[in-house]
Amino acid sequence: MGKRVLGIETSCDETGVAVYDTEAGLLAHTVHSQIDLHAAYGGVVPELASRDHIRLLPALVRQTVRAADCRLDQIDAIGYTAGPGLAGALLVGAGFAESLGMSLDVPVLPIHHLEGHLLSPLLSADPPKFPFVALLVSGGHTQLMSVSGVGEYVLLGETLDDAAGEAFDKTAKLMGLGYPGGPQLAALASEGKPGRFKLPRPMLRSGDLDFSFSGLKTAVLNVVNGVGWKADDAADLAADFQEAAVDVLVAKSLAALEASGLSQLVVAGGVGANRRLRAQLDRAAKRKGWRVFYPEPELCTDNGAMIAFAAALRFERGPGGSPGGAVSVRPRWPLADLRPPVEPAGTA
Amino acid sequence: MRILAIETSSEHASIALICNDEITERTLEGHANHSEKLLPSVRELLADSAIGLHQLDGIAFGAGPGAFTGLRLACAAAQGLAMGAGLGVVGVCSLEALSLQGEGDAVLVATDARMGEIYTAAYEMLDGAPALCGAIACIPPQEFELPPHRRGWFGVGSAFLVHRETLAERGGTGLQIGLPYARVRASDIGRLAAVRVAHGAAIQPEHAAPLYVRNKVALTTEERRERGGRA
Repeated sequence: MGKRVLGIETSCDETGVAVYDTEAGLLAHTVHSQIDLHAAYGGVVPELASRDHIRLLPALVRQTVRAADCRLDQIDAIGYTAGPGLAGALLVGAGFAESLGMSLDVPVLPIHHLEGHLLSPLLSADPPKFPFVALLVSGGHTQLMSVSGVGEYVLLGETLDDAAGEAFDKTAKLMGLGYPGGPQLAALASEGKPGRFKLPRPMLRSGDLDFSFSGLKTAVLNVVNGVGWKADDAADLAADFQEAAVDVLVAKSLAALEASGLSQLVVAGGVGANRRLRAQLDRAAKRKGWRVFYPEPELCTDNGAMIAFAAALRFERGPGGSPGGAVSVRPRWPLADLRPPVEPAGTA
Repeated sequence: MRILAIETSSEHASIALICNDEITERTLEGHANHSEKLLPSVRELLADSAIGLHQLDGIAFGAGPGAFTGLRLACAAAQGLAMGAGLGVVGVCSLEALSLQGEGDAVLVATDARMGEIYTAAYEMLDGAPALCGAIACIPPQEFELPPHRRGWFGVGSAFLVHRETLAERGGTGLQIGLPYARVRASDIGRLAAVRVAHGAAIQPEHAAPLYVRNKVALTTEERRERGGRA
């Protein structure tokens, strides 16, 4: 029998719990989304997010462990998201996980949220192999990383202002679309034709692997506020915005593969579910003979499975953290600060 | 009866172990949110008392009202510890715990809720057990009123420090400001919880929740528009 790892994710507006078995794979995972809760506020309200996490987390843990057909005393380790994210929301998961680990007397591993995302394609039926380039693209992050193993991450480039998903959400908001805006903007874009509004491709030729999306959002604002703007043009403008954002993400991802000499690209994070992005990446990579890997669709957004999985990989390779220690979270935590799990002495 | 109690609703946090009539309490000093010291302190307290989590009859936590993050820390810790050890949980109102420090048979508890408001509740002591009169409220001190059915209230809590003059004026001769410096003690949380556990009132950890009292924490898009702000 493999080792069973409980994963807990509460970094933003999704409460995720999963049980991963190092031999049998993912046994169960449950995600509760708070989208409806925050919709009336036009964005995530941190205090309400924290309240919802603590309201549901213990029940989700009970339910998910049951769905995995095991008991709490059969859990061998617990992983939880320790950052980056909303401090109060992280603290709920951290406090519960550390306490549960203490009473079960099992190791507890604080996991980096983005490590969870970038390793999540390894959970799919046809996983990539180390090393690869990862494009982490969500509402909170836009980064290109070179990944040579668990905990071996080198930052190649990142956004200098808004994250790509944030730009989708903010642009949707200024165009008067509902919440959450990103997916609605993408849906509207599929009804339009790009090319009419000549939006910029920020930093496309900057010569590095960094991104910038706030200027693109401003360009849309100028169109919407300009003379001659008609609501009928919204679909075409959405298509233009999406095309511009996708163009930059694709070009930089290819440049990262080129520069690192690698041939596998892993795409993770909520924006990784964008169909246009996937189509363009697949097409461009195919031309070069490269491959693009995505997490299973249900694991694109925040979830506990990726945290359980990342914790399992670390737990297998090194000692887990001892339970009942400090409940500490890192709302800001650069991914490149991570280190590989330390091999037990004598096996290195 | 053995109860572990956790109280982190303010900057003065504490934990306590109730073993029948014997009570051991420890304060957690020096940390704004106590998250770093809480679990190591619990581990130490249990080890010093040679008691394992599984030997407890329940876990109590200070449910609030108080600092939101602190309430969740205590609640999450109680839930996690209890779920792993197969125990029940009891959330105790921090104002009720404060009432145990009062004198006489009528205690008016009021704590500073920040943002120009106070949390307040009135308790009448029946055989030493506090019974809530009316409801727990979060109000501006200018709206504070004593329960009208009696006089001789003994005031406890930090609101009498922060809003002393307003509360003295509103309370008039019916109110004696007694203990403005009183802090919630885990030992009191544990004492009150022990009675409930004995009556079978402990609940499953997943049903435990903080008692926020202040429930309006943000304006909806609609409300911001009505107030003339941006969407």
